[in-house]
Amino acid sequence: MKSSVIVFPGSNCDRDIAVALEKMQFKNQMIWHKETKLPKSDLIVLPGGFSYGDYLRSGAIAGKSLIIDEVIKAANNGCLVLGICNGFQILTETGLLKGTLLRNKNLKFINKDIRVKVMNNETKFSNKYKKNEVLKINIAHNEGNFFTDDNHLRDLKENNLIAFKYCNEKGNVDDQSNPNGSLENIAGIYNSKKNILGMMPHPERMVDKLISNTDGINLFSSLLN
Amino acid sequence: MKFSITVTLKKDVLDPQGKVVQNTLVNLGMNLKNIRQGKYFEVEVEEKDQIKAEREVNEMCKKLLVNLIIEDFKINKI
Repeated sequence: MKSSVIVFPGSNCDRDIAVALEKMQFKNQMIWHKETKLPKSDLIVLPGGFSYGDYLRSGAIAGKSLIIDEVIKAANNGCLVLGICNGFQILTETGLLKGTLLRNKNLKFINKDIRVKVMNNETKFSNKYKKNEVLKINIAHNEGNFFTDDNHLRDLKENNLIAFKYCNEKGNVDDQSNPNGSLENIAGIYNSKKNILGMMPHPERMVDKLISNTDGINLFSSLLN
Repeated sequence: MKFSITVTLKKDVLDPQGKVVQNTLVNLGMNLKNIRQGKYFEVEVEEKDQIKAEREVNEMCKKLLVNLIIEDFKINKI
């Protein structure tokens, strides 16, 4: 499977995701944001970081960069697109995903391992997980407070487009386990065709027992499945 | 031609920074009902025709400066 990681000035998880993809046997290429051609890819990743120093709004400038038109074209043709953290913010700024990520409710940058629940295990990104499986996974963000309008929220629920929800160790989704104030504890969502996933947690940080755990591996093995 | 653009969070969107500023002003003994934080831009365009120029600035807001899901904006000639 061929993957392309888009690199923006200020991306800082681009190497991490590349290491994770290569470990999982993806044939990966790094693509600088000024490129205007995207090599044929089965998966495009928008990595975490602080593209353009979060100027204007997180992801706003990267969402208008030269390569983005190609990403939008590929996504509309069914290519799989994964946006992690800043990548999720960029996806909302391009309009490929609806909604937005507001400043964390407590105004703090949060970097810690939290739990999320797999809400839908029937997608290209999640088929190796069990439904309602609880993952321990790292978050590191200042703007991760998911917000959207009522119509979109209804659409997310009715069409099973919520990918992950913040929960506690037992899998209960409650206010105490919501780290950033996200609407209904939402940590990740799909577009209506389910070929685009945006998520605040970092699965690429959870692929090696030596440094963390392996709860992120099944996301990548799902893609290969 | 010069314009000012004021960007504010929509009424229903939580403004945690505004809340903290509000609490701090209250702690300083100020008397206020509510405060919301926003952004301000000044933009100068080549266009001489005001209607056309305003249309251009409006386009800038919609394309980049404003996230219409959570923000409102006002344009004024200065």
